[in-house]
Amino acid sequence: MHLVVCVKQVPDATEVKVDPVKGTLVRQGVPSIANPYDMHALEMALQLKDEHGAKITVLSMGPPQATDVIKRSISIGADDGRLLCDVAFAGSDTLATSYILSQAIKEIEKTDPVDIVFAGKMAIDGDTAQVGPGIATRLGYSLVTYCLGIDGIDTGRSVIKARRQLEGGCEVVEADLPVLITVVKEANEVRYASLPDLIKSIRSDVTVWNKEFFELDIPQCGLKGSPTQVKKIFPPPPKDVTPEIMNTGETGLDEIANTVAEAVSKAGIL
Amino acid sequence: MKERFDVIVVGAGPAGLAAAYTTAKAGLKTIIFERGEFPGSKNMFGGVLFAHSLSEMFPDFWEEAPLERALVEERYWLLSEDSATTFSFKTKSFGQPPYNGFSVLRAKFDRWFAGKAVEAGALLVNETLVEKLIQKDGKTIGVQTGREDGDVYGDVVIVAEGVNSLLTKELGIHEEWRGNEVGVGVKELISLPKETIQERFNLEGNEGIAMRILGTTRGMTGGAFLYTNKASVSIGVACMVEDVSNECVCPNDLIDDLKNHPMVKPLIAGGSTKEYSAHMIPEAGFRSIPELVHDGLMIVGDAAMLTILITGEGANLAVTSGRLAGEAAVKAKENGDFSANGLSSYKEAMDESYVIKDLKQFKDFAGYFHSNRDILNLYPSLLNGIVKQVIATDGLPRSEKIERAKAMLKEKKSYWQLMKEAWHGWRSIR
Repeated sequence: MHLVVCVKQVPDATEVKVDPVKGTLVRQGVPSIANPYDMHALEMALQLKDEHGAKITVLSMGPPQATDVIKRSISIGADDGRLLCDVAFAGSDTLATSYILSQAIKEIEKTDPVDIVFAGKMAIDGDTAQVGPGIATRLGYSLVTYCLGIDGIDTGRSVIKARRQLEGGCEVVEADLPVLITVVKEANEVRYASLPDLIKSIRSDVTVWNKEFFELDIPQCGLKGSPTQVKKIFPPPPKDVTPEIMNTGETGLDEIANTVAEAVSKAGIL
Repeated sequence: MKERFDVIVVGAGPAGLAAAYTTAKAGLKTIIFERGEFPGSKNMFGGVLFAHSLSEMFPDFWEEAPLERALVEERYWLLSEDSATTFSFKTKSFGQPPYNGFSVLRAKFDRWFAGKAVEAGALLVNETLVEKLIQKDGKTIGVQTGREDGDVYGDVVIVAEGVNSLLTKELGIHEEWRGNEVGVGVKELISLPKETIQERFNLEGNEGIAMRILGTTRGMTGGAFLYTNKASVSIGVACMVEDVSNECVCPNDLIDDLKNHPMVKPLIAGGSTKEYSAHMIPEAGFRSIPELVHDGLMIVGDAAMLTILITGEGANLAVTSGRLAGEAAVKAKENGDFSANGLSSYKEAMDESYVIKDLKQFKDFAGYFHSNRDILNLYPSLLNGIVKQVIATDGLPRSEKIERAKAMLKEKKSYWQLMKEAWHGWRSIR
C-alpha cells in the first residue's frame, strides 16, 4: 500500500494576534508548528502501516522552513517526503493549493500508485477544511471527511471501511479506493519518536520540488490562481460580560453554587 | 542507541551552545539536547548580553546576530516612595564597535547561536529531556533521555541545564540550593512603539539603556531592572528566595509595586504586556559554585551558579565558561584522557579568567546586603530625604538646611554605625 499524507506548517495559533491598526496577522516571532490535525492524519496512516505494511510519503507545500514538518513526520515513521516550494506558489488560496497538491500527487503516482491520501480535517490557521476535499475532487478519488478511524481494508474489492464523526454520533461508511480521508483529532494520540528515529530524521535530506518538477498550469497557481481575496481581518469584539464577584463570607457556598448553576442553565451552556 | 559521541551537551542556552560550537568546530562529534521546542523557547534572563564573551568566538557578531539595542547608558536608581536619586553613565562609544553590551531576546538570539553550532557540525536534538547522567565506576559515560531507546554514550558530558540543575544534584555534586543561595526573578516584556522608547529614554537609532533599581523590594535582598529592546522594554525584579518566603510576598506583587511606582509608571505607560515569566536565579555566587570538573563531566553556565547580580552579568559568564569547557574537551580528546585530570584545563582556565576572579571579588556582596537590611530598607529613602532637604530652595539658609540633613541622618544612624556599614560594604567587594 502507498499512503500519502498532506501536512501543512502553520503558525502556532495560540500565539497569533491581530494587529488592531493594520488588521493583519502578526506573524513575527510566532513559532511554526505542524498543523495538529495533519499529525493525527499521519498517525492514522502510521497505524495502517503498522498493521498492514505500507509506504508513507509526506507532502507539504510552503516556504523552505516547512522541511521541519516533513522531518517531524519522518521522525515518527513516514518513509519519504516532498516539499513543494516555489515563489509561484506563494499566496495560493484553497483552490490553488488543492490544484498544486493534486498535480504533485499525480506526479508521485506515476512511479508509485497511491491507495489513500490523508489530510487533517482542516488547518488551524485558515479553518476552511477545503483543501482535502479539493484534492479528492481533482483526483477523482472517493472522499471520507471527519474520519475517526479505519475499521478495515478489503483489498480484494478495493474498499475501505471507515468511521466518520457526526454531531452526537458516528457513521460507518464504505468507500472505494483510492480514497482521500480527512482526520479529526479525536481519532488517535500521535506517537513520539524514539531517539534514534529522531536523530535519523534530523539528518535526513528532504526532497524539494519547485514548479519545474511536475506538470503545472502556472496561471492556476499562487496569487494569480486564487479567486479568494482577504479584504479585512479583525479580532471579534469582546463579549460584554462583567464578572460578578461573590463573597463566600456573606452568602455561604451553597447559595453561590445555586446561583452559578442557575446562571449556567439560563445561558444554555448545559 | 548505538551511536557514540565525543561530546554530549545538555541544554542549548548560551553556555551549552558556546561549548558545542567550540567542540564541533574543532571536529569533535558533538550532540546537544534541548528540552524546549527550539533553543530559546523556554529560556529566561533579564535581558543583557555583554559583547566581549561572544566576540571572542564570533568577531563582528553584531553584524548578523539578532540583537535588540546597543546599551550606551547604565543608570542606577535609588527609589523611595515618590523620589529617586540617580547615578548614570552614558557614552556614545558603547554604541559603536566593539560595543559593550546588547539587550537581547532569547527566543531569537539562542536560535541564531544554535544555528552557528549546527553549521559547525553539532547535532541539535530539540524536545528531548535528559533525565539522568549514566555512571560507570564513578565516571560519567553518557545520558539517559526521556525518549524510547534514548540512552546516548560519549566521552564527556557538559551539563548546561541552567540554575535548577537536577542532573548534578542527583550525583551529589551539590545539595538542593538553599533559600539564601538563589533568587526568584519575575519579568514582563512590555511592548511600546520604537519612537516612544527613543523619546522616553533619550536614545537614538539602535541605542539602548540598562537601568538597575534599588528600593522597590520592600526591604528584601534584591533589586529591579529595566532594559530597552527595539520595540519593547524588559522590566523585572528579583529577590532572594529566603526573604520572599519569610515575608510571604508573592513575587507577582513585587513587579506590580515596581510598575506602579511613580518614577517607573510613566516609562511604561501605554505599553501592553506581551510576556510574563519567572525564573530562579543563582545568587550566592562564588560560595556555591560546585566542583566544575569530574570524570567525564563538566559543569558550565547557571548550572555552575555563574552570575554576578550587581553588574547584571550572567549570559557572558555562561558563554565564556562554555567556550573554556569546549576547549578543555578538545584538549582531552587530543590526549585521549577524559578523566577529571584530563579535563582539568577547564578549571584552570576558569580560575585564570575574569569569570572566577570577578566572582571571587564579589563573593561577600549578596551576603552583605542580606545581613544589612537597612541598605535596601532605609538608605534609599534616607538618601532621598537628605538630598531633598539640601536641594529644596525654600527660604531657609543653607547652613540650617545642612544641619537639618545631618539631624535626619543622625536620627536613624550614628556616624559610627554608618562608618562600620560602609567599611563592611567596602570589604565585601575587596
